[in-house]
Amino acid sequence: MSARSEKAVFLARASYRQRRLRDAMKVLPVVGVILWLFPLLWQGEGGTAVAVQYVFGVWVLLIALAAFLSAKLVPEAVGEASEDTD
Amino acid sequence: MVSFNLLVFVALGYVAFLFLVAFAAERRARNGQGGWLRSPLIYTLSLSIYCTAWTFYGAVGYAARSGLEFVTIYLGPTLVMVGWWVILRRLVRIGRRQRITSIADLISSRFGKSRQLGMIATVIAVVAGTPYIALQLQSVTLSFAVFADAGGQVWEAVDLNRAAAWVAVGLAIFTVLFGTRNLDANERHHGIVIAIAVEAVVKLVALLAVGIFVVWGIGGGPGAVMQQINASDVAVWDQNAGRWASLIFLSAAAFICLPRMFQVLVVENNDEAQLRTAGWAFPLYLMLMSLFVIPIAVVGLNLMPQGANPDLFVLTVPLAVGQDGLAMLSFLGGFSSATSMVIVATIALATMVSNHIVLPLWLAAGAADGASISGDVRRVIVTARRLSIAGVLALGYFYYRLSGGGTALAAIGLVSFSGAVQVLPVLLGGIFWRGATRVGAVMGLVTGLVVWLWTLFLPSFGSAVFSAEVMALGPMGLSWLRPEALFGVAGIDPLVHGLLWSMLLNAAMFFVGSILSFPTPLERLQGAQFVNVFADSAGARPWARSGAGAEDLLIMSQRILGGSEAQGIFQREATRQGKEGYLPDVTPDFIERLEKELAGSVGAATAHAMIGQLTEGASVSVEDLIAVADEAAQIVEYSNQLEAKSAEQERTARALREANDKLTALSVQKDAFLSQISHELRTPMTSIRSFSEIMRDSEMTGDEKARYAGIIHGEALRLTRLLDDLLDLSVLENGQVTLHSERGTLSDLITRAVDAAGASGQKIAVLRKPAREAVMLETDLDRLAQVFINLIANAAKYCDADAPELKIIVRSEQGQTTVDFIDNGSGIAPEDQDVIFEKFARLADEKRAGGAGLGLAICREIMERLGGSIAYVPGQGGAAFRVTLPKVQALAAA
Repeated sequence: MSARSEKAVFLARASYRQRRLRDAMKVLPVVGVILWLFPLLWQGEGGTAVAVQYVFGVWVLLIALAAFLSAKLVPEAVGEASEDTD
Repeated sequence: MVSFNLLVFVALGYVAFLFLVAFAAERRARNGQGGWLRSPLIYTLSLSIYCTAWTFYGAVGYAARSGLEFVTIYLGPTLVMVGWWVILRRLVRIGRRQRITSIADLISSRFGKSRQLGMIATVIAVVAGTPYIALQLQSVTLSFAVFADAGGQVWEAVDLNRAAAWVAVGLAIFTVLFGTRNLDANERHHGIVIAIAVEAVVKLVALLAVGIFVVWGIGGGPGAVMQQINASDVAVWDQNAGRWASLIFLSAAAFICLPRMFQVLVVENNDEAQLRTAGWAFPLYLMLMSLFVIPIAVVGLNLMPQGANPDLFVLTVPLAVGQDGLAMLSFLGGFSSATSMVIVATIALATMVSNHIVLPLWLAAGAADGASISGDVRRVIVTARRLSIAGVLALGYFYYRLSGGGTALAAIGLVSFSGAVQVLPVLLGGIFWRGATRVGAVMGLVTGLVVWLWTLFLPSFGSAVFSAEVMALGPMGLSWLRPEALFGVAGIDPLVHGLLWSMLLNAAMFFVGSILSFPTPLERLQGAQFVNVFADSAGARPWARSGAGAEDLLIMSQRILGGSEAQGIFQREATRQGKEGYLPDVTPDFIERLEKELAGSVGAATAHAMIGQLTEGASVSVEDLIAVADEAAQIVEYSNQLEAKSAEQERTARALREANDKLTALSVQKDAFLSQISHELRTPMTSIRSFSEIMRDSEMTGDEKARYAGIIHGEALRLTRLLDDLLDLSVLENGQVTLHSERGTLSDLITRAVDAAGASGQKIAVLRKPAREAVMLETDLDRLAQVFINLIANAAKYCDADAPELKIIVRSEQGQTTVDFIDNGSGIAPEDQDVIFEKFARLADEKRAGGAGLGLAICREIMERLGGSIAYVPGQGGAAFRVTLPKVQALAAA
């Protein structure tokens, strides 16, 4: 972590946006897991038909978000200090 | 009705079409026109081998039996793909950096290029993968049987087996043809990739076509189908929470760990941009694949007679309503699913078997030590790979025969998944945790494999392997070892049970083994490179010293890569080093690169071992690792030094600039001095010349003559004085003056000066305090007197008070004697105080000045020579000069 002290501690606005975009990409699967585990809490009301619509609705949402984030994400420059800076 | 022969004809035609596509793609790639083959779309489609015949046919059957649970098999991969930034990006980067050829290679390479780990991972992959291949063979043969049945033939087991055998042989031929063309597993198998991309489209189109037909053609629209779902057997939402969560985890893990998925995800990937697109496009593909599964299942359950196999609804429903064309398309979809999966799985397994089992054994048997013919190792690998392909398919076929091809086989899909994911803890630990060690990895993998075999794989054979007694009471009555109730944890779903225990124990052993053992240097090196793959640090090299000759390395490389390719690498390296020919200098850098090239063909472990033979085991040592750390420290140190040096240079430059400024100022001063001196000399000369001219040219009285001669004499005297002063100053400034040290009292000296200045009898009153003047001096008294005379004369000359007086005050404090000369005139204006000690610094408004303005300059020079100083003291009620006497002499006098 000694290298960390030599990196910039703060970023310009554009790179800051990119960092938060990456954070969003990392959180996306967690969001998916939580949303897809919700149906387990349902106590039989609604039935399979509702569950089908719910599961597929979440699916579409995740795909749309992933597509949006991937499009916004600028490919990482080679050698860029990627993970530690904020 | 579709005749069976037509079906076979269509299937063969389809296969021929795939062959053509694959050939065309290979040719285009060879001609350098294969850019579009690397497009993200093709990559995304190639991932679709995740959707096998088991999912194509089986998902509907699964849905018919258990409702929505089937969808979990697709949810896991969706999560992994939308989160590609977290794991897949890292895997792909590592795969490219380390030239990884398979998942076994990744694990072996990470843990010090261990052969042992490569073998274990390969064994797990083969054991877990074979049933899955059998499953595909079963799907294809069953779908053939459906058409045969519809055509009036009833297939017996013999017919099924024969069909399975033919399918296996056909697949083996295709895979050998296109899968072993490139030895370098890092190069994409273009033909195969394009073929499975085409198949991906076919199976998606087929399933969507069947689904659309079922919903709108039979079911009467989405609303009606929803009502049918609510009225069906699967209407009630009573999902087993443990299975739901476990299956999402299992499918997500399998998506990364299955050898065939690793092959298309990581090995065949050559650009991270492909992931960006696949990150959302592949989840979309999966969603479309599962969109119509439940409608098909529900409509099929309503439509088909009781007892019909729901696994084949995708085929039998269109057939039942006379849609032969759709059924044919559906058959091709299922056929595509099965074949694409088998082809890639076979390649992946064959690569692993040849690189991690056959080749190490062949090397260990000493076969490599014999005659070293160019390309002989390469031939061994290619042969091994071809035989492995045939062997893997044969294993699948035998497994199919052994299991009887019944429903028992259908259940093996998830069991196979759970076997493949046993590498997950080691895989994730290896790429995220530097502390993971080889010992821990071996312990984790073996534990996982054993627990999986015991709780899931062996029980899946039914009573053929474990008797009912063992299942119920445990082996030899050890009830805590019951396969489906390990440690007495009974009553949960067998799959969840087996997965839970195998993963928990696997991860626990991996962790404990890792923290208790100590890694070898190579392990630590590889660990750092894997975990810090984004850091771009060069780090240590696996080869510290190079004991090998370039020629030996070339011979060995030729054996593995073949003549031209190996020579190409060596020639490029030689050119890079600026050398001619094929033999570059053997630098550690080059050995590292060469090893990676070889690893791309034979795997990291074998490549390392073969290079190790030549370099006589001069691999990296702990000392080398530490040396690298030292090197890093040295670099920091060096850069600090550079920084210091540059600061020093900055200072020097500033000093030089200042010196330059001073020189420039001095030059200006010199010019000013010269013009001043000319002016000073010219004034008396002018009057001397004019008066002497008057005397020469005109008649005048003796009186006048005497007056003029007096003026001329006075001017000549002034000129002489000026020249004396100049000479004096020049002597003093050049340091050529010789000082004559004498002893005397300050009192005598001052008296002498006052007399000499002619001040005692004049208008100015000199006030002294003789008591304080009793100070013994040892210095050049004449020079010091000269200073005093000058100061007193100045006071007499310039003091503008009505009753001018001059106070001479002597102070002796702490061995330092000062003499102040203070008059009661108006003093010197503050802006002039800085310049009075400069040459010719006569103050502008002093018209009556008699000297040339050199007096104070001479005083300052004298005092400096004597080791004292002279300064103007402001604020004393008049002009005040303080002469500080040289210290040493003053002390000696006291």
